Amino acid sequence: MTLPSAALLAQSALSGIFIGGMYGLLGLGLTLSWGLLHIINLAHFAFAFLAAYLCYQLASVGGVDPLLTLLLIVPLFAMLGVAVQWLLARFRVSALNSLLATFGITAIVEAGIQAVWTADFRKLESVYAGLKLRIGGLFIPLPELLTLSLAVALAFGIFAVMRYTRLGRALRALAEDAPVAAAFGINARAHSLILSGVSGALAGIAGVCLALSFTLTPSSIYAWVGVVFAAVMLGGLGSALGALAAGFVIGLSEAITMALASPSWAPIVSFTLLIALLLLRPGRS
Amino acid sequence: MTIAKRIARPLGALFSVLLAVSGAALAQAPQPPIRIGSTLALTGPLAATSLIHKVVGEIYVEQLNQRGGLLGRKVEWIVKDDQSKPDLARTLYEQLVTSDKVDLLMGPYATGAILSAMGVAQRYNKVLVHHTFGIPSMAKYDMQFPAWSLGPDPAVTVPNTVFDALAASPAPPKTIAVVTSKFPSVHFMSLGARDVAKKRGLTEVLFLEWDFGNLDYGPIAARIKDAKPDFLWVGAIGLEGNQLLEAMHKIDYTPKEHFYMYPAPGPMSKSPLANNAMSMTVFEEHAPFTNAPGAAEFIRLYHERAAKAGIPDTAVEVQAAASYTAWQILEAGVRGAGSLDDKAIAAYLKKNGADTIQGKLRFDGPSNYGDDLMRVKQVQDGHWVTVYPKAFAAPGATLRVQ
Repeated sequence: MTLPSAALLAQSALSGIFIGGMYGLLGLGLTLSWGLLHIINLAHFAFAFLAAYLCYQLASVGGVDPLLTLLLIVPLFAMLGVAVQWLLARFRVSALNSLLATFGITAIVEAGIQAVWTADFRKLESVYAGLKLRIGGLFIPLPELLTLSLAVALAFGIFAVMRYTRLGRALRALAEDAPVAAAFGINARAHSLILSGVSGALAGIAGVCLALSFTLTPSSIYAWVGVVFAAVMLGGLGSALGALAAGFVIGLSEAITMALASPSWAPIVSFTLLIALLLLRPGRS
Repeated sequence: MTIAKRIARPLGALFSVLLAVSGAALAQAPQPPIRIGSTLALTGPLAATSLIHKVVGEIYVEQLNQRGGLLGRKVEWIVKDDQSKPDLARTLYEQLVTSDKVDLLMGPYATGAILSAMGVAQRYNKVLVHHTFGIPSMAKYDMQFPAWSLGPDPAVTVPNTVFDALAASPAPPKTIAVVTSKFPSVHFMSLGARDVAKKRGLTEVLFLEWDFGNLDYGPIAARIKDAKPDFLWVGAIGLEGNQLLEAMHKIDYTPKEHFYMYPAPGPMSKSPLANNAMSMTVFEEHAPFTNAPGAAEFIRLYHERAAKAGIPDTAVEVQAAASYTAWQILEAGVRGAGSLDDKAIAAYLKKNGADTIQGKLRFDGPSNYGDDLMRVKQVQDGHWVTVYPKAFAAPGATLRVQ
């Protein structure tokens, strides 16, 4: 067996960091709603893909710059997130039932996407697609770099808000003990709507990044569910930085496995790592 | 004459007249349509390609009815959504036979679902014509008929055709990288390609496998770049080929000569990265394929209907042609047998084969497979063109190599 070259390892690791950034970005909204609202929002993936299709439509048919579509998509999906939260709260849906309810929403969104854009492949051919930087022997594609930058900036931003602002403290208090938080004057309903709006907006941002780098089909919604769920669980529910870090761990472990051994071993290695970390991490109950 | 007799006579006459009239009316009443049942993956990961089969099926049934239907009866196609799930396909085929009581069956899309449908067809002794079965050795049922003309041993014959084409090119490759999805119908072909390459003296510099649904092709692309093969065999299905091409492009690598087993035809031909990419075909939109009877009209209708259905690439190629072929086989069987009796249809097809837009197909080989009709095609200037063998090459087209 010959050893892989340094360039191969470095390029693969870079690829793992980029895909890890995408896992983290998709996981951000999911971890917030799961950890703080106790809503396991499968529809997060459907909304991300709906946003990706909207970006595709606006950019390829409407001629809008894909990044400018964020101006429309972010508020639109924030409202969508609020609407779903309002609906779930209205019917007092429990955490487990939220999984089923949002799975239903996912199926509806998938059917809607297929009705509008058909099941065929859609690829956004943007000016950004072919852009890349070269540093030494390494190639850095711009859309992936953008996704990574957004994921890092948003994860740190959310971390800062949760840690250092009244809003963040209120949300954490609500997640810890909602009745006691309410007794201290925290409006649970308003705060949960704000948080779900943020989650929806994050789905919209992730969707634009998906459209920039990936070919879209309605059923590819489900391709991301397992690995992003793993990142969210590994990172700790409600932790933005945790989801991002876990995304990197999974992405990197997959990429290095692909570079050193067989790509078909990548899921085995990453999920074994997930199980090991969940079992061995300190403070597990 | 008694009163009873006096009444009985005219009543009898009236009854006879009524009987004759109703008999004639019955004879002239339209026969119920022949119902053909199938499933297609109208949703789920295989839906993009299934849409092609839906459009083709609708065109064929419409054409068939314009020609007067089958055995003097109109034809109705009942198609259900198996959601790309072979287990659901099995249930739906059971429903089609036992509950919908269809007269004939048509196969679903993709190997897994076809295998499920084949089990049901076998249980009820129904003929199953199918368009896209990729592993002939698994087709054990006697009354199944393939339209995907791979021949009985495609893992040997298909790679040999590809290597023959390369050997005839100005720069035959000396080294090969085989990278493949573990999707069953492409995986076994890739393993076949490894064996054939070895026998033909090519040096394998890389072999990689990935799970279907892989999201990150970056490391795979980096390994291919590192291995520097003369020829890259990609066992890809659907969009995997495009994803790998994009990943290679991101690290500034273009493979010298590259082949993709079952690519998504439209996205690959339209991708600027796919120039010179090779694949296999049984039909393309150029002579001599278009000389087959009915081919030109089918192509015209397909362009129109595919555009209406929102399919971005409206060219007729291997998927649409195999689908059309399957319907031609079923029609030939029913007409030849002169009945809807499945055993009679199967016996006729085995004995006589069928004339299709792929040419004359025979079903007298192992697993009812005939000849391997796969030809080598290549993306040239945004279009698929057949390049090998010469007799099937598009006018003026030859294999382009770097």
